[in-house]
Amino acid sequence: MYSFWIIFKQAFKTKAMTKSFMITTLVVVASFFLLANLPSIIESFDGDDGSQQTLQVVDETGQYTEALQAQLDQQDSAIQLEASELSEEQLRVDVEAGEMDAFLIIEGADEITARYVAESATESAQAAELENALQSLQTARVAEQLELEETELAQLFAPVEMEREALAESSKSQEELSQARGLVYILIMVIYIAVIYYPNMIAMEVANEKSSRVMEILISSVSPVKHMFAKIAGIGSLGILQMMIFAFAGYLAIQSSGSDLTEGIFSVMGFSEVKFSTFFYAILFFLLGYFLYAVLAALLGSLVSRTEDVQQLMLPMMILIIIASFIAFSGISMPEAGYVTVASYIPFFAPLVMFLRVGLLDIPLWEPLLSIAIMLLTIGILGWFGARVYRGGVLMYGSSQSLKDIRRAIKLGNEK
Amino acid sequence: MMTLSIKNATKQFGDFTAVDDISLDVAEGQMHGFLGANGAGKTTTFRMALGLLTPTQGEVLWQGRRISYADSPDIGYLPEERGLYPKMKVQDQLVYLARLRRMDKKQAEQGAKDWLERFEVPHYANKKVEELSKGNQQKIQLIASLLHNPKLLILDEPFSGLDPVNVEMLKKAILDFQKQGATIVFSSHRMDHVEELCDDMSILDKGKLVVHGSIREVKRTFGKQNVRIHSDADITTLGELTGVEKFTAQRDGGVFRIADEAVGQYLLARALELGPVRQFALEEPSLEEIFIEKVGRAHV
Repeated sequence: MYSFWIIFKQAFKTKAMTKSFMITTLVVVASFFLLANLPSIIESFDGDDGSQQTLQVVDETGQYTEALQAQLDQQDSAIQLEASELSEEQLRVDVEAGEMDAFLIIEGADEITARYVAESATESAQAAELENALQSLQTARVAEQLELEETELAQLFAPVEMEREALAESSKSQEELSQARGLVYILIMVIYIAVIYYPNMIAMEVANEKSSRVMEILISSVSPVKHMFAKIAGIGSLGILQMMIFAFAGYLAIQSSGSDLTEGIFSVMGFSEVKFSTFFYAILFFLLGYFLYAVLAALLGSLVSRTEDVQQLMLPMMILIIIASFIAFSGISMPEAGYVTVASYIPFFAPLVMFLRVGLLDIPLWEPLLSIAIMLLTIGILGWFGARVYRGGVLMYGSSQSLKDIRRAIKLGNEK
Repeated sequence: MMTLSIKNATKQFGDFTAVDDISLDVAEGQMHGFLGANGAGKTTTFRMALGLLTPTQGEVLWQGRRISYADSPDIGYLPEERGLYPKMKVQDQLVYLARLRRMDKKQAEQGAKDWLERFEVPHYANKKVEELSKGNQQKIQLIASLLHNPKLLILDEPFSGLDPVNVEMLKKAILDFQKQGATIVFSSHRMDHVEELCDDMSILDKGKLVVHGSIREVKRTFGKQNVRIHSDADITTLGELTGVEKFTAQRDGGVFRIADEAVGQYLLARALELGPVRQFALEEPSLEEIFIEKVGRAHV
């Protein structure tokens, strides 16, 4: 056990002290702060050209501008109208010259017709707001002409109440689902990146030790199996630490942005009603996914003699992870699809797909437990198998870069 | 007491037999030299002794038991393929590797310092290994193999790639280490190193043990001697006499290989007939000669 801890600490320390690790951590943390403050950053840029919010209006009848402004104010719109003294042609020239973003022409006595002239069609947000306001204005005018009462008007425009109710027991209500979706999406992304990033680190470490030939000294001192698992545990702990730094930084970043997680862009992500279990499962599936792929990566890393060959041998594993991510990301919109259910029990896909299901659906507890049991069993088998390959693989040198070498390695390992 | 005992060990890799039925004992506190061409099976024998490989047949015992990782603190190993962490600092690396063999941290730190000083490279303690020259890396590697005071030290080609000054330094260190009671097994390309350092020796050829025993015994049982005669006269004709197996002419005489000591006296008598003899010597055969005779080719 003593040497296990020494390797564990060494793996943790040397990786944590590398420049690449520190830079990655810093960049991600910095980007969190940037992202969290993005709305206010964008606003601060917008503030500079606030004057452009004033929209020139060519109002032929001269009666709409004021009413429209009142309607816009009611809609909380930032648009300020100004009756233009220039003719339409002159305004067109200004827009083309880029001196003005857009202008509005309102015509018609009984029915309002309007034209919104802008340099490009991308000013659509403003146009949509204006259209809305004009629609209300038109409605009010017609109502007045028809001499409708206020209550009659309200009846006329009363929205239909439609609620979606899902009958399947496992599905969450639509409201719950859309709330959970954003968070689950982000967490799947995190697990996905983690099961690629850290196992890759392991494979590189092992290949490095092999190519620098220090491996022979190591395995003459400590058993290769102990060495492998100590390394996996060390880098796994580093991964957890890094994730914790990210989570803490994310939390601080959101705090600093002054948002309370339920407003603005965060409302889409569903942080308002977060279940503790979602985070618990995220950590659990991250760990299981990590161990599963780390053992596989160590096994593959032990087969190469040169670090350059690692990526080539890792390709099949990467494809597995990518397939898992395809299933998981496509399953976000339809978590109850048959293929998602099946995939959630396949050990190599389960870390992402079963997490998706427990995050989005109310499935009975035995389902994630079964999936976890399958994963644990697979990790056990892989660990046993990996240890044999590793034992032989670390002694094997030559142009080994294909999976066929697994057989050679086991043979050598068995002879051990 | 026999500490390291190889018993009828055979190692096969598929159809290839790397080591073929070797039996060998290394007594405690002895220095044992392995000679053999590349691919003769030296490294495989060492790996079996270390427990990295298990013999296909036979066994390797250390203190009467099979070597396991429980023996890790007692064993030191310098692999033929040098390997250290290129990016790790020398001092950290030595301490790490010693601790893997369960040495106490404080002792390892002090020991590393002492050894670096002994090898006249204390200023490398905080340098990365990749910044060191090959020869200096080799010193670090040797320190790594014996820092934890092993009882059994296995050195695979410890002197290859070193300049003569450093070879002397390492030789002395290894001899001193033996004097402290360690059992040392090493392989070398250089016959003179084996001759100078070892009590016992073996020659491996194509996985087979062709010569084995104490150096004196090996030379005696080789049954051949060299007669060196320096003379003013031309003595090349003596090389054709019966009893002379081989004659090597030299500038002022020559060396005769003979199987029978009596032939030596006869050669001397004949040489005196030809002219005054300046030097006459009966010499033991060199290991090089034994090697060539046994293996059939020169040891490179």
